[in-house]
Amino acid sequence: MITLTDFLVVSAGLFCIGLYIVLSKRNAILVLIGVELMLNAANLNLVAFGKYDKLNNGGQIFALFSITLAAATTAVALAIILNIYKRYKTIDPNKIDSLKD
Amino acid sequence: MTMAQALFYLMAFIALASALFVAASRNLVRSVFMFFVTLMAVAGLYVLSLADFVAITQIVIYVGGILVLIIFAFMLSGKEMLANLQLQSGKFISVSKVPAFLLATLFFIVMLNIIMESNVDNLPWLHNAVVQKNTFTAGDATIGNIGVDLMTTYLLPFEAISILLMMALVGAAHLSRKEKKA
Repeated sequence: MITLTDFLVVSAGLFCIGLYIVLSKRNAILVLIGVELMLNAANLNLVAFGKYDKLNNGGQIFALFSITLAAATTAVALAIILNIYKRYKTIDPNKIDSLKD
Repeated sequence: MTMAQALFYLMAFIALASALFVAASRNLVRSVFMFFVTLMAVAGLYVLSLADFVAITQIVIYVGGILVLIIFAFMLSGKEMLANLQLQSGKFISVSKVPAFLLATLFFIVMLNIIMESNVDNLPWLHNAVVQKNTFTAGDATIGNIGVDLMTTYLLPFEAISILLMMALVGAAHLSRKEKKA
């Protein structure tokens, strides 16, 4: 029997690794991957609890919504990263510190 | 230990180990490809939680869409950007990364404490769901039910999210267009 606690612990681990990637990496694409990892951890929780909601399917459907939102976010974020690279010639988040040149 | 439990621990180990590799690797391309493995393992965890449709969606959208988009974005955007991206400093834990590492570890400890304290397996509504047979069991056909729910109970969020998705994609196409030489 796989308990809910197991799922929650795995998802907490994934979330914290994502947090570490977001905080420590000096590369916008890897920061984006860290955010995706955190979203995945949240989805895992939604799905694990959704097992106990067969009639309304709440957990699974909102996991689907959040996967869709992640796709939209990634498309926009990549477009922004490419633009930033064109303008600053770097995608290190620490070095992007002026609004307009 | 049953088969499902063994598979769960295997999937959980693969997911966490490959996520750690993403965090530790110095090579950007390697860590993006390792992220594939993480997403696949998370899809496996979805299956073990009896959410097969979400697992398939995860593979189709995340692995087939998002990751390919990320790889395309930096492989197609010129050699010098890729060369710049390869330069990542240092070891897994260097002095500049200690605060991030501390914060992540402490946050993990706090979350573990909360999970252990809250005792999620004995929540009243979960017991109610088990008594009323409102839980998924292995072998249920779930996809038809999800489709009906999407078109009835969750119609408004479904439509809102489809409009949002369209706006985001139009916006992304607008942002990444070539500048006209005026």
